[in-house]
Amino acid sequence: MFNILLILGAILLIVILLVVFRVHTLVNVMRGSDKGKIGTSNKVNAFLFLVFLLGGFGLFFWYSYTHFDYYTLPVASEHGVLTDNLFWVTTAICGFVFIVTNFLLFYFPFRYQYKEGNKATFYPDNSKLELIWTIVPAIVLSILIFYGWKVWSDITDVAPEEAEVVEIMGYQFAWKTRYPGKDKSLGNYDFRLIDAENLFGMDFRDKASFDDFSPREVHLPKGKPVLFKIRARDVLHSVFAPHFRLKMDAVPGMPTRFWFVPTKSTQDMRDELGNPEFNYEIACTEICGRGHFSMRLVVVVDEPEEYDKWYNEQEPWLSKNPHYLAKVPNNLKELALLKAGLDKMPR
Amino acid sequence: MEAIDIKSREGEIHHGDYEQMEHHHESFLTKYIFSTDHKTISKQFLISGIFWALIGGSLSIVFRLQLGFPDLNLQWLQPVLGGWITETGKLDTEFYLAMVTMHGTIMVFFVLTAGLSGTFSNFLIPLQIGARDMASGFLNMLSYWFFFASSVVMLTSLFIETGPASGGWVIYPPLSALPQAMSGSGLGMTLWLVSMALFIISSLLGSINYITTVINLRTEGLSMTRVPLTIWAFFLTAVIGVLAFPVLFSAALLLIFDRSFGTSFFLSEIYIAGEALPNVGGSAILFQHLFWFLGHPEVYIVLLPALGITSEIIATNSRKPIFGYRAMIGSLLGITILSFVVWAHHMFITGMSPFLGTIFMFLTLIIAVPSAVKVFNYLTTLWKGNIIFTPAMLFSIGLVSFFISGGITGIYLGNTAIDIQLHDTYFIVAHFHIVMGSASFFGMVAGIYHWFPKMFGRMMDAKLGYIHFWVSFVGVYMVFFPMHYIGMAGFPRRYYSFTNFDAFSGFTDMNMMISTAAIITFGAQLLFVFNFFYSIFKGRKATANPWGSNTLEWTAPIKPGHGNWPGKIPLVYRWPYDYSKPGAKEDFIPQNVPFSQTPESNLPHEKDPEETPGDEGAIVLDEAKE
Ligand code: HEM
Ligand SMILES: [Cu+2]
Ligand SMILES: [Cu+2]
Repeated sequence: MFNILLILGAILLIVILLVVFRVHTLVNVMRGSDKGKIGTSNKVNAFLFLVFLLGGFGLFFWYSYTHFDYYTLPVASEHGVLTDNLFWVTTAICGFVFIVTNFLLFYFPFRYQYKEGNKATFYPDNSKLELIWTIVPAIVLSILIFYGWKVWSDITDVAPEEAEVVEIMGYQFAWKTRYPGKDKSLGNYDFRLIDAENLFGMDFRDKASFDDFSPREVHLPKGKPVLFKIRARDVLHSVFAPHFRLKMDAVPGMPTRFWFVPTKSTQDMRDELGNPEFNYEIACTEICGRGHFSMRLVVVVDEPEEYDKWYNEQEPWLSKNPHYLAKVPNNLKELALLKAGLDKMPR
Repeated sequence: MEAIDIKSREGEIHHGDYEQMEHHHESFLTKYIFSTDHKTISKQFLISGIFWALIGGSLSIVFRLQLGFPDLNLQWLQPVLGGWITETGKLDTEFYLAMVTMHGTIMVFFVLTAGLSGTFSNFLIPLQIGARDMASGFLNMLSYWFFFASSVVMLTSLFIETGPASGGWVIYPPLSALPQAMSGSGLGMTLWLVSMALFIISSLLGSINYITTVINLRTEGLSMTRVPLTIWAFFLTAVIGVLAFPVLFSAALLLIFDRSFGTSFFLSEIYIAGEALPNVGGSAILFQHLFWFLGHPEVYIVLLPALGITSEIIATNSRKPIFGYRAMIGSLLGITILSFVVWAHHMFITGMSPFLGTIFMFLTLIIAVPSAVKVFNYLTTLWKGNIIFTPAMLFSIGLVSFFISGGITGIYLGNTAIDIQLHDTYFIVAHFHIVMGSASFFGMVAGIYHWFPKMFGRMMDAKLGYIHFWVSFVGVYMVFFPMHYIGMAGFPRRYYSFTNFDAFSGFTDMNMMISTAAIITFGAQLLFVFNFFYSIFKGRKATANPWGSNTLEWTAPIKPGHGNWPGKIPLVYRWPYDYSKPGAKEDFIPQNVPFSQTPESNLPHEKDPEETPGDEGAIVLDEAKE
């Protein structure tokens, strides 16, 4: 740590010395016309472009190759495989263009640097050439557009009927999730019903709310479609699950959604990475205030049987907060007790 | 011909007489402060821009320290930042966001919009089109002073107790609308909005003036197919500004209503700080549409002038005509038009309709075509040139490199499906810093090196310029290129620290390297500042046309006075890119040289226009005035 500061200091010192040196020479410069000859600096600069070209590409190839596993995240969803493929196809095409154009850009200055007595070639235009390099990029881009369009419309298509629904709500500064419970139907909510305990603003006039549960940990079934119903309570947030290649803003007043199929359980991933500590995480990617960088939510992907077991063990929110029974209309009280599993408890 | 009529009328209105103008008595105040001379105003913009660049740059160094060296004790910054440094010597997390926000705002608007267009549109439009001054010197002066007022307000907001605006430079509500959401959304945000309102007025006054001047005050013979590409770029930039900024103004206005008068344009169903707000029916997404309707054109507002400047510099220093002059104009026009129909590519994953996403993907990727054409044309201009590496030329080549590298990542981001993963990660930060930030910044610096002799009558030191270039060029790539990898690994932007997440626990050494490179790059800019101010007073005296350039400004005196040309305004006979013309004696033929004087190099179709009686009348009129 301290070393780095030292190095920094040293570099700054060098810069300062350079400045002092130049000031000195500047002061000594004779006043007069600047129309001098093109000197050695021109050669040096031309050569440096070549050095930059080789050095830059060298670093780029070396790092991209040797650190590949470090900067690419393993993918754990069905559509993620598609977007990754699209990414790499784009990289192949764009990488090629990037290399060729940057090569020419740095090679030409070296090759065509000023030489005494040379004259540049007067070459103002060439319609054929220009037509070619308008049309070729247009065609290549059309390919990418159509490929991308296909993937995008698959991803954003309506979720399958049988998708597991999970509501995920962002607030300053955490996520909270709600599952529909045994009736597989999420209850209504209203932001005016929110209070210190009822974070979701669950509406207990709706009988679908009675068995909704809000677990400590988020579990998802492997290999089944999952539908995230996303909303925010205060400001914008954005659900980002990097391994699932999933991102969707959470907007107050405008629920959003994203569905996907997890393909690797947490355990699968731990085995694959050789990291027994591994966990899927959800982060926030829309600036939301001082705690923006800390909105972590751990996601556990289970084998389907494990998931069902976990799901059935969860206690409805109402059963943990029985005093909210007071909000339930009288004609639904019995049903609420039943669905929340409170009928078996002594009251 | 109508165009000529306008010219001759202009001669009358302006009493186009240089000598006469010099005789006006000017006090210090009217000469340097409330000046209506476009050259002085341009220098005012330039120096304000440099000031802002230093502030914006320093802010980024402070937060890069936090990102690169999270354990660093920043106690030593306490004298400057006061309460924003906690007792343990850490940056306050909210202040981190405030700095990011102010850095973005300052760089995009105050440095690269005002500093770039303000400087070069002002300086070059009259000089390159052969006009005595802007169409309205008074509006031009107002434009600077509105900018100044806006700067004062923005600068003030940095020092208030609750801190400046902190919700990101895009100021998305509800975060920016609700003071209870973060402290920067209180007074700081109000000042941001006031400052931006003033800024928009300044920008509109400037743009209207640029447009009018380019349309009406071109000298005789200078048709729109003969103006330098700089003029095309400044002209189209001004057009974009006039069409786009008012939309930001309305967004800001509605946000002010939401903040202060209880309306619900952008707010709906919000529960915050223990209470449910009464607002319903608003749409947070609406704001984003309005913002990006300016926001995307804005990236071209900062980029087009830089592209114009480099076109000029690359042609001059390759000693070759710019390749495909008309295609360059065409692509500028294409980019201008398309820039208005791609804004929602910033909003692919806001929950906007996926179908809309598809449409905007189409339009966004189409914009890559004119961009590609520009790149190929630059490359062909270099091909078989006789290239002279002035500092301006180096920075222009650097710009083209950034335009390629950053434009290419745009093709990733414009593809909706890929953007799902990359949106709001460091990949975006890499993309727009390279293509917008660094490219435009290099264009601005190139312009300063190139036109410094015309501005101050002296030369900047070239060797210092070379050092400045190489450190900056390598530095920018060292800072922003690695961010692509960090972004691919999923690191979100606007994060104070990454230690909360297992997924984002790597890259600490990379971040350290980036911060170090950023500090060195910033250091190199101090070299430039030194060179700049030193050369104003002590630089070597410049000659009239130090780069052997064709455009009209180099036919003016070394230090042009009020009115730019003593005596008559030069007439234009040819396009500005007659470099290394076969048969010509010199490797350049300025625009004001008639074809009749260059029979040895004229192409078959090139001859001076036949003098019509009308033309003659105009010329005689001018002479009579003298
Ligand atoms: C090849 C042409 C380009 C394409 C296809 C492109 C595409 C995009 C896309 C799709 C985004 C949004 C990414 C996201 O969803 O987060 C974006 C962001 C951005 N682009 Fe470009 N772009 C191009 C050129 C430019 C240029 C020339 C500039 C600047 C002059 C620029 C400046 C920006 C900026 C500032 C952002 C960041 C917005 C934010 O705050 O998130 N882009 N670009
Ligand atoms: Cu957030
Ligand atoms: Cu855009």
